[in-house]
Amino acid sequence: MTDISAIFAPLFITSILFFVWSCYRRFSLVTLGRAEDRFSYPGRRLGEMLLYAFGQKRVVSRPFGINHFIIFWSFLILLMANGEFILHGLFPGVSLTLLPDRLYLAVMLLIDLASLLALAAVLVAATRRIIVPPYPMARTFEAFFILGLIATLMLAYYGITGAKIANLDETGRALARTWMPLSSIAAGLIPAGSGGSVHEACWWLHAVALLVFMNFLPYSKHMHILTAIPSCYFRRLGKPNTLPREEFAQGNSYGAQRIDELTWKDLFDSYSCTECGRCQNACPAAITGKPLNPRQVIHDLKMNLLTNGPLLKKGCAPTLPLIGGEGEGSISREAIWSCTTCGACMESCPVFIEQMPKLLTLRRHLVEVKSDFPEELLNLFENMEQRSNPWGIAPSERTKWTGTLPVKPFAAGETEYLLFVGCAGAFDSRQKQVTVSVATILDQAGISWGILGKEENCCGDSLRRLGNEFVFDKMARENVLLFQKKGVQKIITSCPHCFTTLANDYRQYGLEVEVIHHSQLIRDLLASGRLKLDHTVTDLGKIVFHDSCYLGRHNDIYDPPREAVAAATGTVPLELERNRENSFCCGAGGGRMWMEEHLGSRINHNRVQEALTQEPDTICVSCPYCMTMFEDGLKDEKAEQVRVRDVAEIVAEGLRR
Amino acid sequence: MLVVACIKQVPDTTQVQIDPVTNTLVREGIPFIMNPYDTNALEEALRLKDRFGFRVAAISMGPPNAEATLRKALALGADQVILLSDRVFGGADTLATSNVLTQAIRKLAEEEEIAFIICGKQTIDGDTAQVGPGIATRLGCAQLTLVDRVEEVDLKSRRVRVRRKLEGRHEIVEAPMPALLTVVREVNRPRYPTVPMRLDALDGTVTTWNNSVLQLNEQSIGLKGSPTWVTKIFSPQRDQGEIIGDGVNDPVGTARLLIDKLFSKDVLPL
Repeated sequence: MTDISAIFAPLFITSILFFVWSCYRRFSLVTLGRAEDRFSYPGRRLGEMLLYAFGQKRVVSRPFGINHFIIFWSFLILLMANGEFILHGLFPGVSLTLLPDRLYLAVMLLIDLASLLALAAVLVAATRRIIVPPYPMARTFEAFFILGLIATLMLAYYGITGAKIANLDETGRALARTWMPLSSIAAGLIPAGSGGSVHEACWWLHAVALLVFMNFLPYSKHMHILTAIPSCYFRRLGKPNTLPREEFAQGNSYGAQRIDELTWKDLFDSYSCTECGRCQNACPAAITGKPLNPRQVIHDLKMNLLTNGPLLKKGCAPTLPLIGGEGEGSISREAIWSCTTCGACMESCPVFIEQMPKLLTLRRHLVEVKSDFPEELLNLFENMEQRSNPWGIAPSERTKWTGTLPVKPFAAGETEYLLFVGCAGAFDSRQKQVTVSVATILDQAGISWGILGKEENCCGDSLRRLGNEFVFDKMARENVLLFQKKGVQKIITSCPHCFTTLANDYRQYGLEVEVIHHSQLIRDLLASGRLKLDHTVTDLGKIVFHDSCYLGRHNDIYDPPREAVAAATGTVPLELERNRENSFCCGAGGGRMWMEEHLGSRINHNRVQEALTQEPDTICVSCPYCMTMFEDGLKDEKAEQVRVRDVAEIVAEGLRR
Repeated sequence: MLVVACIKQVPDTTQVQIDPVTNTLVREGIPFIMNPYDTNALEEALRLKDRFGFRVAAISMGPPNAEATLRKALALGADQVILLSDRVFGGADTLATSNVLTQAIRKLAEEEEIAFIICGKQTIDGDTAQVGPGIATRLGCAQLTLVDRVEEVDLKSRRVRVRRKLEGRHEIVEAPMPALLTVVREVNRPRYPTVPMRLDALDGTVTTWNNSVLQLNEQSIGLKGSPTWVTKIFSPQRDQGEIIGDGVNDPVGTARLLIDKLFSKDVLPL
């Protein structure tokens, strides 16, 4: 074998140097990104990395995930075999036979079986990609090339071990039949006397395949083999997808218009994507034919980094703009404005790539530096700044929803809860009915609550999701000051967008108060017996429940609204096909509520059609935007016999009886 | 060359209510905004700046707090902003106001040739639409009111051609420069200030000119120079409405009833 090492050693050293150089070239570009702290809570990070990277928790949650699990773990096991292979190639004296006999045999059995599993999984993967690809464009040369390389490695392995077994005496072969059953089958296929040449041929085939595989990695989507595990480690902790605040001072830049204005983690993400397509299969924009595809966004960021990164490192100007339509830049404006910020892409990504926050960073640049946004938003921005509500209605109308209800203003020390009515709850004629229902429930349960009335301002959710951070920042500071001045400790919201903004975004402004959505409060009141419902709401018929993105995915509140409905009606509401973490957006999040939907089909139509397959009498929602989108969608689908009700309305109905 | 945009800070009238007892405007806590038509006037000035490289000066007569509106003009891209503020200017009607604005424009003209003066069609608080034409009359220049499109500016021959939006028709009018334009909302969509421009505007200079600068005869300005004054503001009494039909049980019939009523009162044209 010395002649092998004489050829293999220089080949291997050249390969490894090339590999290290390739990795250095790629990873050094990541350092162009802005600083971002992803190192806090190392213990928690480690635990989640074990769960999600090694445990493959998210990978296995979708079809063919098990297949990847098998390939991943076979690879880990086969690291031993490949480690031995390389060491043996360099130092012929080194091999696993040096291990104690029992251990050696156990390891050989493990490797023998793992190779079969990997081979089978690769065949399944290739077949799947041919017959039912994850998305039509997934049938790439690269994908099949990598699968072919892995299969080659496994087959070559059996060739090597088979040839070795063929050369053994009967005792050795008998032992091999027990501990290396598959290699023994391979041995049976080798013609007598050709063991030596088969061994040599397979050994070199294995060597070349291994080195090609290694050096192909950094240049392909299979780089995720190197980056996916750290990507899980450096994931954004906690659910809220709250972007960091911006500092407003002369000379600062806002958002990102160049690849190096994103953070290092953003750039690292682009290397972690293996283009599995799960995000695009969950994205409401992509599904309804909008020019946004989260997988493509990450891919385009990577291509932008690879094009501009080396130039930026040398201090030259980038040649490929980050923002721009076809041929003009990497990510089109249409894609940037199509995002509903529903978070489905992030929820579906097995390695925690953050697609949506990157789009919001680009929005910040467009709005704050370029004043470049869909024209419908001009009115929204002006209304928010001048009248602190999206419609531009006079703030003096904020209390009109109360009608003849005896609603008290919030008074510190006397009132326990502030009911933050929200703009929709105060101005939208349909949502005002929900606010009245919430008020009825609070009074029935004997809750001490009050409102800010005309002093209440918009929370600014839409502004933040649309990238108008400057005005959001002003409103957030004013609101936090107002809450603090008023001595507010507990806040009830009936809008998931107010909820997430007050509970998560305002934390960045020092607001530490208890914020709850009315569905949570109702659940708590039922549990404590302060509210009694006896399953008397029967005339709403079959109820299906639709998860609001900002209550569900963004804040993990899934059960309270379902439990409240069940308490009122005696029946657990029906589930839509896409529910809970996999729920499908109504189309109004991320400021899309205030924009026209000109491209593709309508997101709310898609969701309404899904709901109608259950033949419901009532669709239950927990968000004013969902309410509007469903009511409009039902009209368009000529299904106006189906009612849309907020959780609070169903509960209030139960209290009336 | 200079384009002068005349802007006014007004109370956000959608939020203003009239005290039913005293019949005065309840202005307490009502935010001030740039008169909406003036945002279009400023935008048109800025577009001419973008096209022809003119400088834009925004001027406003008002109390010291009108500075906020002028800063907004700076944030949008005005090169120079001037607040015309003096106690003696107070209580002015449209005549006295146009006297002050005209004097300020004359003073600006001493430094730089004026291409256009652009005003909003009217303000949302006074609703007179007289100040623009008043300035043009005093300056002796052409007045092109209700402009919804600036068609052509010929700098060589110093002529401008605009389209006026009139009831049911458009009118193309040509006039020599300098000319005064009053614009309707359809003329453009105002831009939105960028953050860097907003921050710069906070540090920008707002020049104040009082009457010692303008040197106007006190008989022609302020209350003394105003031949008209508001004697009373009141909300017209509305006749009590009546409830017709039954919208809950018979929405179609009720809608028909409503349509018939509207036709019979000539509210809806046939």
